[in-house]
Amino acid sequence: MKTDVLVIGGGPAGMNAAIEAARAGASVTLVERQAHLGGQLVKQTHKFFGWAEKGAGTRGIQLAEEWSKAVEEHENITVMLSSEAIGLYDDGAWMIEKEGKLIPIYPKKVVIAVGAQEKTLPIENADIPGVYGAGAIQTMMHVYGVLPGEKYLIVGAGNIGVILAYQLAQAGAEVKAVVDVLPKLGGAYWVHVTKIRRMGIPLYMKHTVIEIKGTKWVEGATIAEIDEKFQPIPGTEKELDVDTIAISIGLSPLTDLMYQAGVELIWIPELGGLVPVHSENMRTNKPEIYVAGDASGIEEATTAALEGKIAGAVAAKDLGFDVNDEAIEEWKKELSQLRDAPLLERLRQGLHKLHEAAKERGLQ
Amino acid sequence: MKRIENHPILTFKRGKKIKFYFEGKEMWGYEGDTIASALVANGVKVFRESLKLHRPRGFYCAIGNCSSCLMTVDGVPNVRTCITPLKEGMRVERIKGKGALHYEN
Ligand SMILES: Cc1cc2nc3c(=O)[nH]c(=O)nc-3n(C[C@H](O)[C@H](O)[C@H](O)COP(=O)(O)OP(=O)(O)OC[C@H]3O[C@@H](n4cnc5c(N)ncnc54)[C@H](O)[C@@H]3O)c2cc1C
Ligand code: FES
Repeated sequence: MKTDVLVIGGGPAGMNAAIEAARAGASVTLVERQAHLGGQLVKQTHKFFGWAEKGAGTRGIQLAEEWSKAVEEHENITVMLSSEAIGLYDDGAWMIEKEGKLIPIYPKKVVIAVGAQEKTLPIENADIPGVYGAGAIQTMMHVYGVLPGEKYLIVGAGNIGVILAYQLAQAGAEVKAVVDVLPKLGGAYWVHVTKIRRMGIPLYMKHTVIEIKGTKWVEGATIAEIDEKFQPIPGTEKELDVDTIAISIGLSPLTDLMYQAGVELIWIPELGGLVPVHSENMRTNKPEIYVAGDASGIEEATTAALEGKIAGAVAAKDLGFDVNDEAIEEWKKELSQLRDAPLLERLRQGLHKLHEAAKERGLQ
Repeated sequence: MKRIENHPILTFKRGKKIKFYFEGKEMWGYEGDTIASALVANGVKVFRESLKLHRPRGFYCAIGNCSSCLMTVDGVPNVRTCITPLKEGMRVERIKGKGALHYEN
């Protein structure tokens, strides 16, 4: 199968990349591993933060619906669901696995927008059933309507942890505690923090989980306060009667496809770990490969969508399609405005490292 | 481990009931479930064991990234049950070791 632009991943980044490339006149194939479009958004029942014009105040699930509709209605876009890109072959084929069948796609350009994976907690017993990624619990709860446990401990009080606490309570579960090693809340949005405080969910800062109990599955946990060196302070231990532990200590970009295809990766912890070196135009060292969204560095849905638009439009432009350069510049401006928020200092440091690396390599 | 019935924001339009088998035991899920969500709703926590130390494993990411949820489905080993839709009559089993493909030559 031939296509101008292959977009891998149907989250906010991928959907917007597809829409912009198609708008410019390119033929687009969008492959998504899940049976539905939307990426992480399909489980976000809360009203989004960010910019009102960019979808803040709208629930993630609604944003997902609007964008999927635009993708499905566009005549230049072919959507393949339950279809996973598994690698690039020597003849230029991107191999897609769809329900047990292999389908080679020969694209001129590829936008990799595969999102991120949740980090795991490096302590004993963190591998047994009952210890789940926070996003995984959200998926079970909001996509399939299933609660995987009754009594929860949430490790990590960033946005995801705090929002999950609220959503679990909404779904009828009991949240025994949210813990975080930081002395005070960093990135979590205050509305959600206020909500969980009002619900009486205890939030322990400068605390971590020091023991996960159980052999076959989680049967309890111990949390404790920590000192400046992140060591537990004896005498501060608290036993919690929980059957589920949600881990929300961060995400890292999914880079395996990029790595296999020869995209250069560098280590920038502020952006989630290994990230693809890319320019503001989302170009990589591989002239046929563009990146966007969480896969290119961990941020948010609004920035993912803008990066997707840029990647899609630039890919089409590089193929010779007529693209409105002013629109691209406008999206870049919006991106830098979004990234200008006071809370995002760490992110800006990461982006600075990334832009330096791209500049050194002469990526446009 | 239960189905959410009342939710302030979401309504779950469950499809038709689907019968499947876990380790030979009859279980029920709904159209729209993945194998993993149906197992979890039926109270199953242990999906397989780790290769070397035989430690229990459940799902972890629920979006197909981590391989924690691999099981044998209708005789095919290493199926990611968290992104595989549940189908009528499926036979789902815990994997023994790495599993083997039984190709006919
Ligand atoms: C709990 C939580 C709360 C959040 N709250 C907010 C918020 O309030 N505001 C906000 O702006 N953002 C929020 N976010 C972040 C936001 O959801 C993500 O930043 C955004 O979804 C990233 O978009 P993306 O398109 O890069 O990746 P994703 O949404 O992760 O999409 C990637 C897609 O690629 C698919 N895929 C992966 N690999 C392959 C492959 N090999 N082949 C085919 N398809 C593949 C995946 O199935 C997925 O659908 C939240 C996230 C979480 C987890
Ligand atoms: S739970 Fe991670 S791949 Fe299924």
